Amino acid sequence: MDNKEINNSDKSSLILSFYKAIKSFSTTLPILFGVVLLIGLFKIYIPPALISSVFKGEIFQDTFIGSGVGSISAGNPITSYIIGGELLKEGVSLFAVTAFIIAWVTVGIIQIPAEASILGKRFALTRNILSFIFSVLVAIFTVLTLQVLI
Amino acid sequence: MINTQEKNIKKNNKNLYYRFTFLIMVILFYIVLFFLDSDKIIESLFFSWNIIVSIIPVLILVVFLMGVLNYFLKPKKIAKYLGKKSGFKGWILAALFGVLSHGPIYVWYPLLRDLKQHGMRTGLVAVFLYNRAIKIPLLPVMIFYFGAFFVIILCIYMIVASIVQGKVIEIIEAKYVGMR
Repeated sequence: MDNKEINNSDKSSLILSFYKAIKSFSTTLPILFGVVLLIGLFKIYIPPALISSVFKGEIFQDTFIGSGVGSISAGNPITSYIIGGELLKEGVSLFAVTAFIIAWVTVGIIQIPAEASILGKRFALTRNILSFIFSVLVAIFTVLTLQVLI
Repeated sequence: MINTQEKNIKKNNKNLYYRFTFLIMVILFYIVLFFLDSDKIIESLFFSWNIIVSIIPVLILVVFLMGVLNYFLKPKKIAKYLGKKSGFKGWILAALFGVLSHGPIYVWYPLLRDLKQHGMRTGLVAVFLYNRAIKIPLLPVMIFYFGAFFVIILCIYMIVASIVQGKVIEIIEAKYVGMR
């Protein structure tokens, strides 16, 4: 294979990589737009008083609720960052939002059947339970560290 | 082979159907609410539009980083480094590959199963899966909302937690095997 052929295969591999990236990203767009539209409704229809009545500023309770909601949700992590970021602006505590974005990816209640069938039931259950506990702990440690350092 | 391709096409069509159903339902919801209170809905639309405009540059960066990772990292390359005798290096590499891995999780399950059957430690599988929470192409969005300092601290704790979780899973597995 001469240099010209290697260059051509490299170029087509590069184009294919970006094509795949655009294709993969475009599949998340309908959900992303749907979520952003829901956030718009949320912002206008849910009064801040209601949010602060659910998230009372108690570290463990807030974090636990964040992890719980993140565990039953699934999808591209980017969606969780946008929801989390917007909730933060609405006054939800950083403990809850951090736990939410961690649990979104690490705990997959909806994906447990698929994970169990391929990697084993015991592994899938143990991993998801531990991930839930760790989402609470990592959120608390992260925010406390941030508070100490800043 | 043809069956697998047909199954994949059906699965993709089902996912596509779900994604658009969700968006269409939200739009229908907007239309219904528009007739009830048009002012509030216009306000909601403006708010959503502002979110989209503010994140567009970040999303372009995300697609670029995804393309770069697709080009440099292939699942087969990863399989080479997570063998039976990987030792301490294996833990670090499992965490690193978890961070660098891309695409939907179900793409990785079969590869992880194969690796496990070839002697990959259970703890390493857990470490890999946990670190999928940190996605390099998506970090710009995370930084945009939470700041770089938060992201750095979170990533460090996530990697540490993944290794602790992997070790705990191995201890539980060993106890279970011992009980049998």
